[in-house]
This record gives sequence, C-alpha cells and structure tokens, in this order.
Amino acid sequence: MTTVAHHKLSLAQALNRALRDAMAEDPTVVMFGEDVGALGGVFRITDGLTAEFGEDRCFDTPLAESGIVGMAVGMAMNGMRPVVEMQFDAFAYPAFEQIVSHVAKMRNRTRGRVALPMVIRVPYAGGIGGVEHHCDSSEAYYAHTPGLQVVAPATPADGYALLRAAIADPDPVIFLEPKKLYWSKEEIEFPVRAPGIGTAVVRRAGTDATLIAYGPTVPVALEAAEVAAQEGRSLQVVDLRSIVPFDDETVCAAVRSTGRAVVVAESSGFAGVSAEIVARVTERCFAALAAPIRRVTGFDIPYPPPKLEHFQLPGVDRVLDAVDDLQWEES
Amino acid sequence: MTPDLRRLLPSDSPVTLIDPDGHATGDVPDDATLLRSLGALITARRLNDQAYALVRQGRLAVYPSSHGQEACQVAAAQVLRPQDWLFPTYRDTVAATVKGVDPVEALSLLKGDWHCGYDPYEHHVAPHTTPLATQLPHAVGVAHAARLRGEPAVVMAMCGDGGTSEGDFHEALNFAAVFHAPVVFFVQNNEYAISVPLSRQTAAPSLAHKGVGYGVPGERVDGNDMAALLTVLGAAVERARAGQGPQLVEAHTYRMQAHTNADDATRYRDDAEVAAWVGRDPITRLRAYLTGRGALTAEADAEFAAAAERAAAHLRDGLNQDVEPNPEDLFAYVYSTPTTQLREQAALVADELSREVAQA
Repeated sequence: MTTVAHHKLSLAQALNRALRDAMAEDPTVVMFGEDVGALGGVFRITDGLTAEFGEDRCFDTPLAESGIVGMAVGMAMNGMRPVVEMQFDAFAYPAFEQIVSHVAKMRNRTRGRVALPMVIRVPYAGGIGGVEHHCDSSEAYYAHTPGLQVVAPATPADGYALLRAAIADPDPVIFLEPKKLYWSKEEIEFPVRAPGIGTAVVRRAGTDATLIAYGPTVPVALEAAEVAAQEGRSLQVVDLRSIVPFDDETVCAAVRSTGRAVVVAESSGFAGVSAEIVARVTERCFAALAAPIRRVTGFDIPYPPPKLEHFQLPGVDRVLDAVDDLQWEES
Repeated sequence: MTPDLRRLLPSDSPVTLIDPDGHATGDVPDDATLLRSLGALITARRLNDQAYALVRQGRLAVYPSSHGQEACQVAAAQVLRPQDWLFPTYRDTVAATVKGVDPVEALSLLKGDWHCGYDPYEHHVAPHTTPLATQLPHAVGVAHAARLRGEPAVVMAMCGDGGTSEGDFHEALNFAAVFHAPVVFFVQNNEYAISVPLSRQTAAPSLAHKGVGYGVPGERVDGNDMAALLTVLGAAVERARAGQGPQLVEAHTYRMQAHTNADDATRYRDDAEVAAWVGRDPITRLRAYLTGRGALTAEADAEFAAAAERAAAHLRDGLNQDVEPNPEDLFAYVYSTPTTQLREQAALVADELSREVAQA
C-alpha cells in the first residue's frame, strides 16, 4: 500500500529529493560535477547527497566540463546512470562537442547497442541578477541536436517528476533548471503522479487565446492570464514541460480550441525554440488560426547586465500587448 | 629531482629491446609470445594493404592505414584480457581486429553501411572515434565505473600525436589521475597529423613528458619494436590492474603511407624521410630476431602468410558484398523509442519508396 504524503517544497528542494530518491532506489545512479560534493552545488541541488550516499556516489570533479560529460559517457557505457551538473548554462559550452558528437549519437552510431542513460543538469536562463555568462538560455543548441531529449520544468512537482523520469530514461536528457524558479514553492503530493517526458500540460484553461510557455516563462504566462481575466479576456496557458520530444498533440489541440496563440520564451527569438513552435503549430493548425501566431521572446542580443536584464525578460505587459495584437477586430 | 618527479618522468630515450637489425638489447619476452605477435603482425600488414587496395576498387570511401605502425596495433590489443576495453581511433582498425572484432564489421564505417559496424560489448572495443581525443574521457568513465564495481578491467585508450593537442586529452589524463582510474593512455606518435609535423603540435621534450603535469607516469617506447611494446604496455596494464592508476605511453613510430588515400604526402614530407623508416620496419625486425634465434621455422612462417591471406580473403569477400541499406534504420536508433515526429518522417520516406516501386 502506498502512503500518500504532502510536502511543501521549492524547486531546488524537489530536485534534491528526486536525486536522493533515485540514488536510494538504484545503486547505479551516480551524481558528479563541480562543487556538488561537500558544498552541495552552488544552488544546493545536491545538498547532503555525498554525506548520505558516500564519495563514490556523489563527487566533485576537476573543473573541466568536457571531461565531466565525457566521463559520464564512459560510465553510462559501462552500466551506470550518471547525472552530471554543469554549474551554469554558459559553463556547459566546453562540453558541447561531447554532447553533440557522442551523447546525442552513441545509440544511433551503434544501432542501439550502446545506450547512454545519462542526465546533464543545467541551471539555466536569467532573471536572478547574474553577471555575464551565468544567464544564457541555451535550449535551442540542444533541441537542434537529434538524439537528445530536452526538458525544462516550471514547477517543483514537475521538477521532481521530470528528473526522476530523466534518470530512469534509457536515453540522454538535457535537464534545464530555470534558476529564477529554484526558490518557488508548492505543495507536492508524494508519490508524484505526473506525465512523463514528452508531454505538455494545460496549466490554465481559457477560451480566447493560448499562451505557450516553458521553463522560466510559465509563471509569466500564468500571471498574464490572470491579469487578462480581470480585463475580461480568457487566456489558456500551455506548459511544454518537454521541448524534445515535442508534444504536438497537446499544443495543437490547445491552439485549435482558441484559434489564437502567443509563444512566450526567454531565449532570443531568431532561430530559437519559439520559432520552431510557431512553424510547427502553423503547419498543423493554419485553418484554425484567426491570426498569425505571435512571439514574445528575448531580444537577439547577448544577455544583458543585471541592471538591464528586465528589458530582455518577457514580462506580463509585453505578453498582453502581443495578445492585443492577435487581430481581434477581424473576428 | 624528487623521487616523486623521477617516478613520473619517462626514460631519456625510447625503450628498445630489439634493435632494427634484429638483435636483443634487453630482456625480451619469450619466443612463443613473440611468435604469436609475429603472426598477428603479418596478418595486420596484410589487412592494411588489402583495405588500401579496396579503396582503389571503390569498396571503401577512404582508409587511414596503420601500415608501419602494426607493432603498436598488435601490442595494444595483445596486452589486454577479454574483460579489458580498447578505445580505438579511426587509424586503429587493426588493433580492434586483434582484440577480436571482425575486420569486415570494423570497416563498416568506411564502407558506408553504418557508422559502427560491430557490437562494442562483444569484444569490449568502443566505436572508432573520429573527433580527435574525444574518446579518452569515455575511456576514463568506463574505467572508473569498473573500479567502482570492483571489476578488474583495464582500459587501453589510444590516440595519435595530433590528438595530444586537444583539450580532451588533457582533461582525460587529469581525470584519470585524480580518480586513480585504470587507464593506459597509448599515444602513437607517427610524426604527422595529416600534414602537420610533431614540431607544430608540441614544444615539450616528448609527448610522454605531458604526464608529469597530471601526476601520471610517462614512458617512451620504440613503436616499431614489438618486444619493447609488449613489455612497456604490458607493465602499464598490469600496474593499472593492480590499482596503481593510469599511465601514459608514447610510442615512436611512423605513418608509412599518406593520412588516407585522399591525402598527398609528397606535399609535406621527403621520400628520403620515408625511406629511412623502411629500415626500421617492425615485421622485418621481429622476423630477423626470431630467425636469428632459430625460433621461426619455414613452416610457421608459411602458416603465418597463409593465415594472413585467409584474413585478406575474408575482408575482400565481406566488403565485396553489397548489402542494401535499410532506410528504416535512419529513424530506428535515434532514441530507444522513436518519437512521434520521427515516426512521421519514417512514414514519409516509406511513402516515397512505395511510390518509386509503383512507378517502376
């Protein structure tokens, strides 16, 4: 019999608990990276894991991201389920060759003989007043690489459920953790029942237009919908949860139900995930659309310094302005 | 010099046990061991030359030959046990075959049927790696996982002189040292990275000296001396197996042929330089040594030649078979379960094919 328990956890705490539960259940799960041992990670996501599971299960490495990811590839080849932490989004780039040339391709290169069950955790995106190289939205690089799965939780419950699913998955997962949501809390019911990787969810019902968001922009979209409701407009909010695989079915059903959509994403718009969403939804739902799909994204600029970052981040007003532009007068 | 530093430094000159004229200059492995290696060397040379010929016949896209480096290829695999892992580069096809991989499967990559044509778990041979040195951190991971589980496996991680300039070479040595991983880093210094000579890769006294900075003992060995390679690599492997950590071994050898058939070596090196290395050929040297001792009979030599011919015939037969590639494979192995999008794309290709059939 399963005992149901409720805990109010922040996203950071939920991720920590997911790691702890996965490591307790499966002795092949190992966690490593920079400062993840005694310190518990710069965001404390690995807090207490070395103390609980020992130095062989959660350990610090030399400061070399390619080496970290490359070593994880080898350990995954040899029966382990490594979870590695890239300290910040922009510090993951030295590992890019390993991720693109090996992590993503090993299963395909070997006709499925060598699987790489591994998770690359990346604290990502902005909104925390971080200095340069600490706030990149790097999802498009990964999403553009066949063989990777890319997920971005927006809530503590999803953080827990998606990380457990990612660790259990037979294929590699890029796990993007929105830094600015680390401290947001919610009541989570354990055991967590949540759809797996590749499933989007409608976070808020609405009938006039659909806001499509993922990771750090989900709370922005929800807030925008709340404000819009007060102004008499009913906005639906879809949280992608998973960028790859992409849940066309849920997203398209949502857009068809309203006929209008705005994609809200923090990363630069050009050639970004937001552009892909607009393209694929338009290809599939053109006849149901009353207006072109609009995007509210970061500008096509290097991430700004802390005192200017509020210009870069999609905010409620910008989202509502885009909603206003959805050719309402013609309907 | 502190004892700690002396422990890490390589010999002043590469270890040689049989000189180029076939005379022993040190403690040489026993005759039976060397006869086994000679047989493997003769087959290795034959496979190299057969593969090279198959390129000219259009059966392989290119072939990066290890002609002249066969002693390194054979030794790298012969010092390993079945549970040990080999991490080859694209020039190490022969080493993979000595570890047990079918040469036809090993050359699948260059034939164009698929990327990796063999099951890496069958003989513990990782897929050939083309991006330089990127396989070395994987080797450390395999070794570290084995160590965590208490398995007595050692990993032979191969790269070339050019690969030692890549960041992953340094990260792998550093990780292996820090985690005390049972890895032997085996650098075949064949003097050239395609056209760029060693002098443009490094200003270090030798590549083996690079271990010092990581606390990894380095050693240099004559890469055309089978006896020295077996001894030095064998000691490194058993040292790693005994829990004494990684080692870096640099073999001095020479790429007798161009980088691949697509390369023109006359643009960057003199014929005289190549000719000088002919006199240091690893097969000639080992055969002279064993013949001088009366250990190599005409019958045994004939059997080695026959075995090499059988291997070449097997390679020819395998590569001359046209296997129709299956377009479904394009989508089948990207993920354990194809995504909805990949299923749609596979259906698109299947539809194109069915219309082609209908038109024919």
